[in-house]
Amino acid sequence: MDKISAVNDFVIRFATVNGSGSASANNMFARAVIRHGVPASPKNIFPSNIQGLPTWYEVRINEHGYLGRRGGVDFMVAVNGRTLFDDYRQVLPGGYFLYDSTKRLPPGFTRKDITEIGIPLARLCNEEYQEPRQRQMFKNIAYVGALAYLFNMEFSVFTESVKQKFKKKIKLIDPNIKALDLGYYYAKEHYPKACSIAVERRDCVGDFILVDGNSAAGLGALYGGATFAGWYPITPSTSVVDAFEAYSEKFRLEAESGRRKFAVVQAEDELAAIGMVIGAAWNGSRSFTATSGPGVSLMNEFIGLAYFAEIPAVIVNVQRAGPSTGMPTRTQQGDLLTCAYASHGDTRHPMLFPCNPEECFDMTATALDLADRLQTPIFVMSDLDLGMNDNLSPPMVWDDKRRYDRGKVLDAKALEQRKTRWGRYLDEDGDGIPYRTYPGTHPTLGSYFTRGSSHDEYARYTESSAAYERDMQRLMVKWQTAKTLVPVPHARTRGKDSPYAALFFGTSTHSSYEALSGLKKEGVPINSMRIRSFPFSQEIKKFIDQHDLVFIIEQNRDGQMRTLLINECGIVPAKLVSVLNIDGMPITARFISKHIHRVLADHKVIAINATVAQ
Amino acid sequence: MSFVRPSFRHPDLPVNKIGYTRVDYDGALSTLCAGCGHDSITSAIIQACFELSLEPHRIAKLSGIGCSSKTPAYFLGNSHGFNAVHGRMPAVATGAVMANRDLTYIGISGDGDTASIGMGQFVHAVRRNLDITYITMNNGVYGLTKGQDSATADLGSASRKGIPNPFAPIDLCANAIQLGAGYVGRSFSGDKTQLIPMLKAALAHKGFSFVDVISPCVTFNNGTSSTKSYASMRENMRAAEMFDFVPAREEITVAYEEGDFANVTMHDGSVIQLHKGDGKLNVQSRRSALAALEDYRHDGKILTGLLYIDAESRDLHNILNTSQTPLNELNEQDLCPGSAVLEQINQRLR
Repeated sequence: MDKISAVNDFVIRFATVNGSGSASANNMFARAVIRHGVPASPKNIFPSNIQGLPTWYEVRINEHGYLGRRGGVDFMVAVNGRTLFDDYRQVLPGGYFLYDSTKRLPPGFTRKDITEIGIPLARLCNEEYQEPRQRQMFKNIAYVGALAYLFNMEFSVFTESVKQKFKKKIKLIDPNIKALDLGYYYAKEHYPKACSIAVERRDCVGDFILVDGNSAAGLGALYGGATFAGWYPITPSTSVVDAFEAYSEKFRLEAESGRRKFAVVQAEDELAAIGMVIGAAWNGSRSFTATSGPGVSLMNEFIGLAYFAEIPAVIVNVQRAGPSTGMPTRTQQGDLLTCAYASHGDTRHPMLFPCNPEECFDMTATALDLADRLQTPIFVMSDLDLGMNDNLSPPMVWDDKRRYDRGKVLDAKALEQRKTRWGRYLDEDGDGIPYRTYPGTHPTLGSYFTRGSSHDEYARYTESSAAYERDMQRLMVKWQTAKTLVPVPHARTRGKDSPYAALFFGTSTHSSYEALSGLKKEGVPINSMRIRSFPFSQEIKKFIDQHDLVFIIEQNRDGQMRTLLINECGIVPAKLVSVLNIDGMPITARFISKHIHRVLADHKVIAINATVAQ
Repeated sequence: MSFVRPSFRHPDLPVNKIGYTRVDYDGALSTLCAGCGHDSITSAIIQACFELSLEPHRIAKLSGIGCSSKTPAYFLGNSHGFNAVHGRMPAVATGAVMANRDLTYIGISGDGDTASIGMGQFVHAVRRNLDITYITMNNGVYGLTKGQDSATADLGSASRKGIPNPFAPIDLCANAIQLGAGYVGRSFSGDKTQLIPMLKAALAHKGFSFVDVISPCVTFNNGTSSTKSYASMRENMRAAEMFDFVPAREEITVAYEEGDFANVTMHDGSVIQLHKGDGKLNVQSRRSALAALEDYRHDGKILTGLLYIDAESRDLHNILNTSQTPLNELNEQDLCPGSAVLEQINQRLR
């Protein structure tokens, strides 16, 4: 048997039961890898349930910094009896299977192409600890100790992290270290040199941080100056507002009075949540909500109002697998079309696509600026993979010189100094963006009536066809302006004259980069562009025009980004080839390269046939 | 269309304490049907704001969809208005109130807008004790869609279509009292002497003030078989104890015999003088208010007047302990912790 042999480049998966305390042990392992200076990307695969169902935790370790899923499992830690056989089958040939050998493996576990590593976790812990709860909890720590030995990791990194974690509960330090020892020394005694996978110290992590995208987005809303959040709990978005509130409690209290410089209202449903956001923004507070697909569906009516009445709003959409309730704890990039054109009638809305927590932070703050500048709802399109998993990310950055762009707002003085009549929906600057006023600004100037019914330039209700048409066309002028304001795409050239290109966005980014890098090594250079926002800038169309065949890599069934590109840029559909992952799991690099290989093979066949036919 | 009123002003119009005439509180001309109860309520709102000497531009008026929700165009022309989507005014108002605690908020809704499509939002705005004066113009019928029964139509009452309503009504006042509104009253659009002080006290109340005004629909629900017609209201309306509203810092001039009245002092120092009625209703007791509503209904009568008041209730800003400075006035310095703090946060995540 050829054992999988790897240094700082492998995939380990933990198969556990949720609510059993495994999450913190698994997290300890991932952080320990990072503290060796080696990038790691942990992903939680969990059920819509609080306790007792199977859950997996997959860690991609890669010193080159590829942090998307690779595909396949090199090392399995299988401590959930109910999924044991499935987990056993999933290990790649040459891989490793660590299990609790207190009980023998049942019949049928007969693979000859993997290395089985039995550690009697339950027995070791039952002998060491008296309390049932401790016996259960420390089984998790014990397998982490075993991994420390098997991967030849620095044991002190683990003991240090235990000490740091329990700084305030010193009593827990010794029993945790004892549990690490149990696993470490058992593995050392019984499995010396059994494992050819290792983690070696490097300096590849730099100043990166490990944080979930939702926390970063919540913090971005804080830094971006949001003073109001209206929201309704929904997986996987809930922790965005939780983070905003927790950080605000720390950094947004008045020094003397302790009063809050923010307000968070948990609404009765998503309709109310977005309604509150719109009401607060209408009245001059920067406001946002966080939700997921089902919430966006409910918000549609209000989104149309905000579009037509031109009221800022920021919606952080942490996407999950739809349609309907779908798979609430699985990831997807499935809400592009519903968000781009949310609500009835002709509507369109800008979207931003963060690919890591740093961008979740920055884009949420930027969205607040864009919403004020464009006076319209802005979507931040995160997803469960980015939002709920700890992601290794460049640090969050804030420029102290940065000022909030509150957009075109007239105060009392500006109203008095005007020489021409003000109209709430009058396009004075030719950019489609009118000037607005906050309620209460001036005794006689600047008041108007906001409505979702048709209105003229002076905000008067009208049923005039001409006035309605002028308004709708002006909104398209504003849309053109939006194209110049949203974050620009990032392009990478791998082959100057390559006819092939790939487009991707958000969480499809990391696996795409890894796949494209691999393809280049195989002699297939594919240029790429990471789309960071909608509406699409001219650059994106130009990039597509420069290539003959463009792969659109995304995580939904229907190729929603491809549809948007065809619709908005007038691209010939045959030129855009979808690479689609819809299993609810983050897309893998191996999936992408396999798919591209297949298409390229087909493509060549077609080309040869075409030549023959001539 | 909205029609602007002629700007002609009589030079001798009386002014209020801040120098505004009543005309300064007007809005555009109403486009509702002639005789619509809603226009009387509009007029009462104008009068109440004028008498309270509120600055018109420091009031924000919000509404949903329907005949009633059109009326904010017809009063307070120098105030910002927001005609939201159907039944969703409470949510928009919640955000607006949170953004700026210094304005006065008037929410206008109808029985369809509140008791059907907006019921969910209404009850939650009440239980959060949002600082707003929420007025329903209640005619028991959908006007703009031409005469369907609404959820406040009484059992057996028939609109112009003549078919008796087979469903029991929702009593919005009872709901508001149960859910903790600090100020609840019911009135009739045809009874200005009761409605104007009721609105004034509602506007002075800190927290959720709910005023349900029965307002006959002359076009669709004013026939002999309707319980929300002018005729039926005049016959069956029973006013609870009389009361006067004395704004803050104003001398109490009318003297009553000791024992004949009780004073309720509001947050801003205003006083509601309650005259003793038949003793059936104690407006400071939720239990008494709910019982009185039920008693009158049992007898086929409609109880109007101030039904319940708790002058001490805590509004949403107090509950959430928000800054005394309106949130919409805070700037980067107040809101942004800066790069040094962010670097500390980054450091903790390494």
